[in-house]
Amino acid sequence: MHKSYGKLQVLRDVSVEFGTGKVVSVIGPNGAGKTTMSKCILGMVLPDSGDILIDGQSVLKKYAYRSQIGYMPQIGKYPENMKIRQVIEMIRDIRKKEKDVDEELIGLYALEEIYDKRMGALSGGTKQKVSAALAFMFNPPILILDEPTAGLDPIAAEILKAKILKEKKRGKLILITSHIMSEIEEVADEVLCLVDGSIKFYESIVELKAHTQEDRLSRAVAKIMNEGYHP
Amino acid sequence: MNKIIKYVLLDIVKSRIIIAYTVFLLLLSIGLFNLGGSPDKGILSLLNLVLLTVPLISIVFATTHFYNSYEFIELLVAQPINRKKIFMSEYLGVALSLSAAFIVGVGIPVIIFSSGLTGFYLVLTGVFITFIFVAMAFLASVITRDKAKGIGIALLLWFYFALIYDGIVLFILYAFGDYPLEYATLAMTALNPIDLGRIIVLLNLDVSALMGYTGALYKSIFGSVWGIAAAFGLLLLWALIPVMSSRRIFSRRDL
Repeated sequence: MHKSYGKLQVLRDVSVEFGTGKVVSVIGPNGAGKTTMSKCILGMVLPDSGDILIDGQSVLKKYAYRSQIGYMPQIGKYPENMKIRQVIEMIRDIRKKEKDVDEELIGLYALEEIYDKRMGALSGGTKQKVSAALAFMFNPPILILDEPTAGLDPIAAEILKAKILKEKKRGKLILITSHIMSEIEEVADEVLCLVDGSIKFYESIVELKAHTQEDRLSRAVAKIMNEGYHP
Repeated sequence: MNKIIKYVLLDIVKSRIIIAYTVFLLLLSIGLFNLGGSPDKGILSLLNLVLLTVPLISIVFATTHFYNSYEFIELLVAQPINRKKIFMSEYLGVALSLSAAFIVGVGIPVIIFSSGLTGFYLVLTGVFITFIFVAMAFLASVITRDKAKGIGIALLLWFYFALIYDGIVLFILYAFGDYPLEYATLAMTALNPIDLGRIIVLLNLDVSALMGYTGALYKSIFGSVWGIAAAFGLLLLWALIPVMSSRRIFSRRDL
C-alpha cells in the first residue's frame, strides 16, 4: 500500500504478509510510518492505493472485520467524563453478540477497584491498562499493539508480556510496534523494520542474529542500520 | 445504531447545557406571550427571536459537541461499527436533544397561549431549523480538524444566513426596485432556510396583509396546502444536503 499526508509520503509501496501464531514486532525510527500502518489495517486511515487482505478478503471500506482485531493505541483517548466502568460496559454493550469475553487483564490489573474513576482523572499508565484490557477483551485473532508498554510500570508491563505470549500460543497474530529492543527480543518472533515509509527488512530474530553475527537484537539492528545491509 | 445514540444522548444530558437551553426558551416564550397582549403578537415576536437564537445555539452547540466527542468517535472507529453509523448517531443525538428542548421550551407555551395552526407551524419550523443548523455545524466540523477554525466556519454560516443574506436581498430589492421581482424574491427566499421558515409562519398570521403585492403572491403560493408542503420539503432538503455531504466526507477521512 501507499499513503501520503499531503506532500509527506508516509508509506511507500509497503507490501508484507503476516502468518498466524506469531508475534511480529514493527520497529523503525520515529515517523517511519509504524502507527500509520496499524491505522490503515484498522481502517482509521485510508491508503491512497493498494489493498489490505485479511483471510484473503479485502477489508478496505468495510467494518465488520474489525471484530477480529483488538487494537491498543499508542495514546488511548477516552471521553473524559466517562468512568472506566462505563467505557468497558459501553463497548461490551455495543458488541453484545460476541459471547466470548476475556476479562483476564481487567482482573490482573485490578481495574475493578478503580471502576468509578473518571477517564479524565486517570494517569497515562492507567489509561494504557484500560486500553490493553479492551484490546484483549473479545478474544480477537489479530492484535495490534502500538507501543504497549510505554507508560506502564514494570509489573504491569510483565503482565502484558505474559499475556502476549499466552495469546500467541493460542494461534493469534500479534503486531507490536515498539522501540525497546530487549522487550522485542523477549516476546517477538519476527521483526519488520520500516524506514521512511518503506520496508528495510523483515526477518525472524534468529535469522537476523545469525546474519549479523551478533547475539543481541539491539546490536544486530544497529549494525544493519549503520551498514545499509540488505538481506 | 440506537445503542450509540443512547450513549450520545447520555453524554449531552450530562452536560446540562441542554437543560439551560430549555429553560431559556421557556422563559423567553412565556415572557413574550405575557408581554404581547394578543397571542398573534406573541407568536410574531417569538418567531423573530426564535429565528435568531435557535440557529445560533444549534450551530455553536453542535460544533463544540462534535469536537468534544472526538475521543468517543476515535474509540468507536476501532470497533466493528460502520463509520457512517457513528456519524449519523452523533447527528441524530444532537439534533434530537436540541429539538426536544425546543419542543418543550417553545411548544408547551404555544399550546397554552395560542393553540392553532400558526403555532404548530412555528414549532415545526423551529424543529426543522434545528436539524438544518446542526447539519451545517457537522459539515463545518468535518471540513477542518482545528476546533477554532470549525467554530469560526460555523459562526460565519450563522452570520451569513441570519444577517448578511437579508442585507443582500434588501440591497437587490432596492437596486432593482423598478423591475418585477416577485419570482426572484421567491427564489431568494428558498435559498435561505431562516427566511423560508419566517415566511411559512408569517403568511399564516394576519400581518401578511401588510406585505403588499409580493405578500399577495406569497400568500397565494404558501397559503395552499401544496405550497406549505413544498416549503417544508425545501427545509428538508436544506437539512439533508449538508448531512449527506458531511457523512460522505467523514466516512472517507483519516482519523
